[in-house]
Amino acid sequence: MKTVHLNLPLDEAAVRSLRAGDTVTLTGSIITGRDAAHKRLVELIDRDEPLPVPLAGETIYYVGPAPASPGHAVGSAGPTTSYRMDSYTPKLLAQGLRAMIGKGLRSREVIEAMKTYGAVYFGAVGGAAALIARSIVSSEVIAYPDLGPEAIHRFQVKVFPAIVLIDSFGSNLYETGPKLYRKSDL
Amino acid sequence: MRTIHASRITQAVSELYTESSYVIGDDVRAAIDAARETEPSPAGRSTLDQISENYRIAAAERVAICQDTGMAVLFAEVGQDVHIEGPAFEEAVQQGVRDAYLNGYLRKSIVADPLFGRVNTKDNTPAVIHARIVPGDRIRLTAVAKGFGSENMSALRMLTPAEGVQGVKRFLLETVEKAGPNPCPPVIIGMGIGGSFESAAMMAKRATALPLDHSNPNPQYKALEDGLLRAVNDLGIGPGGTGGVTTALKVHIIQAPTHIAGLPVAINICCHAARHATVTI
Ligand code: SF4
Repeated sequence: MKTVHLNLPLDEAAVRSLRAGDTVTLTGSIITGRDAAHKRLVELIDRDEPLPVPLAGETIYYVGPAPASPGHAVGSAGPTTSYRMDSYTPKLLAQGLRAMIGKGLRSREVIEAMKTYGAVYFGAVGGAAALIARSIVSSEVIAYPDLGPEAIHRFQVKVFPAIVLIDSFGSNLYETGPKLYRKSDL
Repeated sequence: MRTIHASRITQAVSELYTESSYVIGDDVRAAIDAARETEPSPAGRSTLDQISENYRIAAAERVAICQDTGMAVLFAEVGQDVHIEGPAFEEAVQQGVRDAYLNGYLRKSIVADPLFGRVNTKDNTPAVIHARIVPGDRIRLTAVAKGFGSENMSALRMLTPAEGVQGVKRFLLETVEKAGPNPCPPVIIGMGIGGSFESAAMMAKRATALPLDHSNPNPQYKALEDGLLRAVNDLGIGPGGTGGVTTALKVHIIQAPTHIAGLPVAINICCHAARHATVTI
C-alpha cells in the first residue's frame, strides 16, 4: 500500500485529490471535539455567534484522551465512534471544516455535506490509542475546559497514521472493502 | 469462618483495573497475531499490526491500551463462610475503582445522571457490581472495564421458542452487520441464551470475559459457537471494518434454563481492547 504524506491544513484541492482507501499520514495542527463540544458549537452557530475556534480549513479529531502520565504530551488518544457527531456535522462542514478523523459509519446527510463542501473523513484505528498518542507531540486546551476530556484541544501531530474512509466524492471504504470479502448473506 | 478486611478488596479491585487497562491478556494478543497471518486484506493486516503494536506500547509504557478505559463492571463470587471486616463490601469495591482511575491516569467516563445534566463523577464511579453468594471461604473477583463503542452496539431480544437456532443466528448476524466498524472489530462476542430478560444480559457480559481458549462444555453449544463465529466472519466486515475475514475472534455462549414461553437472547459485543482480569482472595 502506498502512503500519502499530508501536511495540514488541507485546502480543497488536496482534499479532492484523496480517494477512499488511500493510506495517509497527517502532520500539522488539528483540533479535538466530541459530543458535548459539538453540541456547544452548533448552539453558537444556530444563534449566529462567533465560535471559540474558527473552523475554516480545520481538521477535527473525535477523541477524548486519557490523562497524560509524566513524560507524555497526552494520554492514550484513539478515535471515538463518529456517528454520535452526525447530527451536528453538516453545520460544521458549512463553516468550512475540511477534514474529520474518527472511526465508524457516517450518515447520508454527512456524506452529502462532505461532497458539497469538499471535505474528507479519515479513519484512525479504534483502540490503537497508545500507538496514536506517540504521533501527538503537543496538546493544549483551547475551549471548554470544564468538559475535561471532552474539551476542545489543539494537538500538533507528526506522521499521524490514518486511512481515507470516505472521500469528498462520497466513495466509502466501509461499503467497498467488506464487499470484497463477504461470503454470505443474512 | 474466614475474616477478610475490606481494604484487601479495595486493593485487589484497584490492581485489577490498573493492570488490565495497561496489559492485554496473552490470549487476546495471541489471537490478534494469529489473525495477522491469515488476514488477506492489506488494510486489515495494517489494522492488526497497529493493534498488536499498541498492546506492546501500552504494556511497556504502562499507559492505557485504549483512551476509553471504560465503565467498571465487577463480578464477585463471595464465599458464604467469609466475614468482611471494615467498610461495606460495595463501598470497598467503589474505593478500589476510584483509586485505580484517579492514580492510574485512566479516563473518567461516568456521568451521574443519564438524562439530565450528564455531569461527570470525576472518579469513574459508580462501578456496576454483580455479586453472588457461593459456597466456601474465598472471594473471587472478575473486573471488566467496558468501553462503550462496543457496548453501544450490543442488543437483547426476546425471541419466540419457535425461532430456535435459526432465530439466534439471524439476530446475531443482524446485530454484527448493523454494528459494522463501530465496535472496533475484531470483536469478542458474548451471548446469553435463556434465563430471564436481565439474566440473559448478565450472562452475555460474563461471557465476554471468558478466556479465548475456553469453549462451551456442552458439545451442541460448542458447535453453535463455532458455526456462529464462521458466519460472523463470512460477513466480510474485517479488522477496523474496512473489509476482511477477521471480524470476530470468538463467540462465547452461556446458556441457562428458561420459561416455556420464552427464548431470551442477549448479545454483548466487546472490542479487541478486551480488558478483564480475575483474582481470588
Ligand atoms: S470500542 Fe473498545 S477499542 Fe474501540 S474505542 Fe471503545 S474501548 Fe476503545
